[in-house]
Amino acid sequence: MVGIKSYGAYIPRYRMNHNTLFMAVAFLGSFPAPGENAVANHDEDTLTMAAAAGIDCLSDAKREMVDGLYLATTSQPYLVRQNSAVVATALDLQSNIRTADFIGSTKSGTTALLSALDNAKGETSSNILVCASDCRLSKPGSPQEALYGDGAAALLVGSDDLIATFEGAYSVSYDFPDRWRASGEKFEHAWEDRFIRDSGYGQFIAEVISGLLKKYNLNIKDFAKIVYPGLYAREHGAIAKRLGAEPGQLQDTLLTTVGDTGSASPLMMLVAALEDAKPGDKILVASFGDGGDAMSFQVTEKIKSAAGRRAVKQHIASKKDLASYEKYLAFRNLAPMDLGMRGEISIKTPMSALFRERKVILSLRGSRCKKCGTPQYPYQRVCVNPDCGAIDQMEDYRFSDKRGVIFTYTGDNLAASIDPPSVYGVVDFEGGGRFWFDLTDCDLDSVKVGMPVEMTFRKRYVDESSGVHGYSWKAAPIRA
Amino acid sequence: MAEGIRDKVAIIGMGCTKFGELWDKSAEDLMVDSFKECMEDAGIEKKDIGAAWFGVHFEEQSVGKGATPLSLTLKLPFIPVTRTENFCATGTEAFRGACYGVASGAYDIALALGVEKLKDTGYGGLPGGPSLMGTKNALIMPKLTAPGAFAMMATRYFSVYGLNPEEGKSMLAKVSVKSHYNGARNPKAHLRREVTEEQIMKAPIIAWPLGLFDCCGVSDGSAAAIVTRADMAKKFRPDPIHVKALQIALSSGEELMYTKWDGAHVETTSRGGKSAYEEAGVKNPRDEISMAEVHDCFSITEAVTMEDLQFSPRGKVKEDIEAGRFNIDGPQPVQPDGGLKCFGHPIGASGLRMLYEMYKQLQGKAQSPERQIKNPKLGLTHNLGGFPPMNIVSIAIIGL
Repeated sequence: MVGIKSYGAYIPRYRMNHNTLFMAVAFLGSFPAPGENAVANHDEDTLTMAAAAGIDCLSDAKREMVDGLYLATTSQPYLVRQNSAVVATALDLQSNIRTADFIGSTKSGTTALLSALDNAKGETSSNILVCASDCRLSKPGSPQEALYGDGAAALLVGSDDLIATFEGAYSVSYDFPDRWRASGEKFEHAWEDRFIRDSGYGQFIAEVISGLLKKYNLNIKDFAKIVYPGLYAREHGAIAKRLGAEPGQLQDTLLTTVGDTGSASPLMMLVAALEDAKPGDKILVASFGDGGDAMSFQVTEKIKSAAGRRAVKQHIASKKDLASYEKYLAFRNLAPMDLGMRGEISIKTPMSALFRERKVILSLRGSRCKKCGTPQYPYQRVCVNPDCGAIDQMEDYRFSDKRGVIFTYTGDNLAASIDPPSVYGVVDFEGGGRFWFDLTDCDLDSVKVGMPVEMTFRKRYVDESSGVHGYSWKAAPIRA
Repeated sequence: MAEGIRDKVAIIGMGCTKFGELWDKSAEDLMVDSFKECMEDAGIEKKDIGAAWFGVHFEEQSVGKGATPLSLTLKLPFIPVTRTENFCATGTEAFRGACYGVASGAYDIALALGVEKLKDTGYGGLPGGPSLMGTKNALIMPKLTAPGAFAMMATRYFSVYGLNPEEGKSMLAKVSVKSHYNGARNPKAHLRREVTEEQIMKAPIIAWPLGLFDCCGVSDGSAAAIVTRADMAKKFRPDPIHVKALQIALSSGEELMYTKWDGAHVETTSRGGKSAYEEAGVKNPRDEISMAEVHDCFSITEAVTMEDLQFSPRGKVKEDIEAGRFNIDGPQPVQPDGGLKCFGHPIGASGLRMLYEMYKQLQGKAQSPERQIKNPKLGLTHNLGGFPPMNIVSIAIIGL
């Protein structure tokens, strides 16, 4: 038997109220819509959110038991350089694992999950972490801008300690040109909404769910929750009605709280369903995008062991309004902003050094002295404890999963930043170790000496001259 | 126990340019200016110089690498010239090299010259941050600036000693009021305007809690010294100034990476100070050091330096600041020339500029009577390069 061992999710802290958006772009003829979208901070992207969802999912699991990482997205920063390998390094997974990117369609999240489940069935019985994450750039004023939200989900798949067993799947594939983005293009194109709704969304979801029910001789009414993305609110309900499902069976689409998170959407909804699930519940999941995948799961007694994740609910509750549309444009680099001459200093990433120091830079690994037990970041060969000083007595030590407290901090208005002041400080880690880090997802006024923080994987810079997206770890207030 | 440098070397000439945003002066112009004053003061000729040490930090901004910028500019006749670079201790390192050169007997007369041309960057403040700290740090450190790095020490000081932001900022403001008072009276200073505590408190924040007037200026400048063996000094002038101590102390990494440092003091200054006092035979620095030029890159730096150098008891500098102890007419004047606050901080020149002020004060030759400190015996200079948790400190003590 195979299935889901653990779940996690990530939703960025910022929300953009649709009213804020409407006020900014109404002159283009946009229509107001209720709700808000989750928007990634300026230092977040698909990979950082995937890593954050992965951390939530792996919270109490040993990283060494993960045999692979599949990343599903339509907004990967790299076309060449495997995005899943970056996330796997951030998560400090072993190197003897399988990584793969599932890209190009919003159904890639469910496809990655299906592939992972198939792997788990195999002789190697591998535990695969599936991360689905999307941070899609939409053209200012476009309908997608109001529809798309940023978020990520993660599911750990395997063959033991399952919180939900995998019961079956059915897929359909169509070359459906509702949305497309060619290589080298920044924004998606979309055909007329009515076409997408009537010829695609309304058809494929019903087809793939009906196919699943028929293949396994299931009754729609047996499912406690039915999960499929809600691109069109009215049609979302109409599909259920046509399938013979009751409105109460439908999982909330997150459309007015998070937005349409693309490849992450069905998996985020599945995570939300698992958060409320009881042992014995059957859950049906379907995706939409160039056809779709449908899967059925049954929740086990072990579901209780998965409590304590931030998952979807806590992340939705923990938010801050991004009050200005202009700031959103600046965060997405959609409007060139003056950072002063300091901001013109470019960083050239030495890739050989990045690879050599990947554990320090991307995995936030340091060392711990075997002689005196002092953790230290970054990795040292000579122990920093003045009473020890042992040479080459170190073992690897992971800091990314350690909390800390703010030893000291500042808010710097001189440093070039798209979101001044730059807040940074020195962090004392629980269990020992001290280093300085940028602080993110916080306001200067809320930072205090002694404030607890956790570490978060973030985008450090984008060097457009050499096409490098640089990442590093920052500290952030504990996300309640 | 090593003998140390005390009374082995004397300064027989010094020069210092006006500091400022010298748009029409190149680094080479500044070198010639400080050299000219220095040579006239020493009364020697170029052929008398046995070797030279040349301090410059941001060589990319101005003169280029190596020591040839000095030899080529001054047309030094094929003598040894060494470039020193050690962050803000760069100028003092050049001086230390020259002193050790003559103390060893290798040379009779040596030149130390520091220069920095900072105002060709196009922006305020210093260039750099993480990129100055090597490949790995550039990819993991916060993208900090100098004001931010030192602001974190102010945050920490306020926290450790229970000062609310108002109390803390008021203490720091008084540091800058004093330095501006002194700078206003010094024709060589860059910023020559008195400011009030109220102006300082209301100034825009650069890096919380530090405001504009908590930060030193950024300027161009050069300073130079001619040193010789103490036993030869009187041949050149009746009032040579003797070197009593030269110390450098560098962070071991424990401040930043171990968890014992309190963040409200600078360990290198504290340790370097002890070594310097031992070398100079100073038992009670609060009483014996007549005056000092310390590294007031930021007001908080000067405040904690007073404690680290034992001018004030730990945690008590506020009382001394409020009592006017460090004012020009106080019992232990600090930054009598206006400090980095009013001179700005052309990195390679600052250490020698501080020595210039101490040297002139010790000779009774401050430009005007209102600037002259009465009968000083020992003057101390101090530089802090880098950031509070990882830095280089240089301390020099000179006297009659």
